[in-house]
Amino acid sequence: MLPYLIKRLGSLIVSLLVASLVIFACIEVVPGDPASFMLGINAQPDTVDALREELGLNQTIAQRYMSWITGLLTGDMGTSYTYRSPVSDIVADRLQVSLPLALYALALTVLVAFPVGVLAAARRGSATDLSVMGVTQLGIAVPNFWFAILMVIVFAINLGWFSAGGFPGWDAGFFAGLKALTLPAVALALPQASILARVMRSSLLDTLSEDYIRSARAKGLTKRQVMWRHALRNAMIPVLTIIGLQFSFLLAGAIIIENVFFLPGLGRLVFQAITQRDLIVVESVVMLLVFAVILVNFLVDLAYAWVDPRLRARS
Amino acid sequence: MSLLSIQDLSLSIHGTPILDRVSIDIEPGEVCGVIGESGSGKSLTAFSVMQLLPDGAVCSGAIRLAGTDILQADEQALCNMRGKTVGMVFQEPMTALNPVQTIGQQVAETIRIHRKTSRAEAMALAAESLARCELPQDRFPLSRYPHELSGGQRQRVVIAMAIALRPKLLIADEPTTALDVTTQAEILSLLKQLVTEDGMGLMLITHDLAVVTDIADHIVIMKTGEVVERGRAETLHREMQHPYTKALFEASTHQPETAGQIEDTVLLSVKNVVRDYTGARTSLFAKPTPFRAVNDVSFNLHKGECLGLVGESGCGKSTLTRAILGLDDIQGGSIKLNGLDVHADESARQQMQVVFQDPYGSFNPRHKVGRLVSEPFFRLGRQATDDEIADSLISVGLKATDQDKYIHEFSGGQRQRIAIARALIIKPDLIILDEAVSALDVSIRAQILDLLAELSSERGLTYLFITHDLTVVKAIADRVLVMQGGQIIEQGETETVFSAPQQDYTKKLIAAAPELPSLEGVSA
Repeated sequence: MLPYLIKRLGSLIVSLLVASLVIFACIEVVPGDPASFMLGINAQPDTVDALREELGLNQTIAQRYMSWITGLLTGDMGTSYTYRSPVSDIVADRLQVSLPLALYALALTVLVAFPVGVLAAARRGSATDLSVMGVTQLGIAVPNFWFAILMVIVFAINLGWFSAGGFPGWDAGFFAGLKALTLPAVALALPQASILARVMRSSLLDTLSEDYIRSARAKGLTKRQVMWRHALRNAMIPVLTIIGLQFSFLLAGAIIIENVFFLPGLGRLVFQAITQRDLIVVESVVMLLVFAVILVNFLVDLAYAWVDPRLRARS
Repeated sequence: MSLLSIQDLSLSIHGTPILDRVSIDIEPGEVCGVIGESGSGKSLTAFSVMQLLPDGAVCSGAIRLAGTDILQADEQALCNMRGKTVGMVFQEPMTALNPVQTIGQQVAETIRIHRKTSRAEAMALAAESLARCELPQDRFPLSRYPHELSGGQRQRVVIAMAIALRPKLLIADEPTTALDVTTQAEILSLLKQLVTEDGMGLMLITHDLAVVTDIADHIVIMKTGEVVERGRAETLHREMQHPYTKALFEASTHQPETAGQIEDTVLLSVKNVVRDYTGARTSLFAKPTPFRAVNDVSFNLHKGECLGLVGESGCGKSTLTRAILGLDDIQGGSIKLNGLDVHADESARQQMQVVFQDPYGSFNPRHKVGRLVSEPFFRLGRQATDDEIADSLISVGLKATDQDKYIHEFSGGQRQRIAIARALIIKPDLIILDEAVSALDVSIRAQILDLLAELSSERGLTYLFITHDLTVVKAIADRVLVMQGGQIIEQGETETVFSAPQQDYTKKLIAAAPELPSLEGVSA
């Protein structure tokens, strides 16, 4: 187990390094000088120069990369060009919305997809299975922002159970915060749960046709016992892969839903920063997202090894 | 009353009739061999007893096991019966165990679902059951996972699972087909011993007549869903009536007529070949220790000869094949075909072709047969002409029009003919047959062996015949090499090696191979 862990950890560090280089290089080649953008078109050349000096834009590329990386490692992400406040504060603010939202949506996804997938697989070809397949097909096909708007009309405007958007902050209380995130989380979870339920179903069906399932039945296990004791764990590998991908997507890809519900999340932050040439914010947030994705993949790898003893042995 | 009594069992799946009035009786302590080729319905007879049938299956007739009418029993009663009154062992030990559970858990599960015992008690009983199947705790602790065991050892775990509760009946469906001869002999003697100790009835299903004649009391022969012959094992070969039984016996001992001329010219020369694999690391920073799969192997293959290479799984014969084909690099020695180095000279590879074991997995299902057969031409930089494709198909006994069909339209034996056609099409000097008849039924195998012999005498072909099946080698090879642990430990004329083996290992192999009683003096 230990060599497997070390190997995975090594690949995590290497991926982070490579990612940081790529992100830095991409930002470097983007046209547009942040200093002139911040000061406007009428700025004096020496004022621009002074600001460039202040922002460190006159240093060599290597120097700037090093100071960016060491800054990241010590938690100092620099100062935003447009907000004029530390990037780490802005990001931390936005994470308070985005991280709970992603986790909330993921929890809904798993809670819906698992039982639905298992049910459909256990009753393959039945009316239950067919309706699960139909509904999940719809869940994938319907754009989630449209579904979000529909929910706003029904639950916020007509029924008045939820507010139509905005986020009161966690200071307003845990449940108030959770309530504000419920509709966005449901909107995000709908397509994801549909995908995961289908993956769960097909992975279980594959597993249920394996020889060892027949062996288990020959021992006298009922169909239900076979499902829980033998099929489920073996069917987990593809399901875990999808969950990992979905979490990464939910963290960064919620921008449209954030816009529908006026949520101050990471997605909107990046979008605004890009349009305002606030490259230092873009750089830091993208790096943070990459870190999150790589970390999730690492955790998924650990989960694989926990599920399947053959992976532990192979490394 | 019999322990198991199957009476007039008919089975259809989604309306397609599979079994037609099958009747079999098994007494306690009796071994009943059920023999038939693929599609004969022998496995589905067994699954009918277990009532583990595919969806859409409808049974009629009667199956009584230890007094219970199985076809009338509800699912709960059937679950109580499976594992407790009747245990089952399957063909494929590599996939019959759950890969994410330890062997202890899996054997203990049989006990825990039928008896109210504590976990510890069930584990102790599991250990006992594994020990009865010759997997002692000091070498095979309960905490082992299936992937840490060999095929034969896994089959012992499956048997331990099936006999943990000392069932009255054990059904073994091709339990040794996937195993080496020596392992097969061990598993068969284990089954026999368990039958004697527990007074258990054993239904032994196999396609191999030789396997059952040693161990069975009764033999039932099945063909296309019907029982065509039944009798006592020791007298069946003398008293058999049905032409199918006779054909089956004939095919099992079939000797193709070889008339090919062996020339003095050396076609393939293998000299001091060494092939290393990178082994596993013992610790994180240690250098991996190489594993020597082929160790200093030398032999010559003469033009027109059929050379058999035998050995058990893991002996290095497949690695050697890959090296000869030039697919893998070698770490020492040389391999020359017609004087050309197969690793340095591209044109050497055009003079040999290979036929693999699995007639189902070795074709791309999206291509038509014509394209599949002409594949070796892609190396030569030109397309095969229609005539060439037609010729090669006709030479293996198929029709020229078959080139427009897809591979799923053919049976296993026909697919193997297509594989041979694919090998023949560029007129190679050497054909390597890697377990090429191992997956085939005996009657089909006899036909393919005849075809190979015929092609050899017509075209002066040379064969390297790699197999674990001694019967096949005995039937077709002029000379035989015995491989063990990466080395060739014995070689010589087939007759000599089989009648007077020199090495202990060879003797063990020959002794382990099941043999049919001689048919001489039996009127056909």
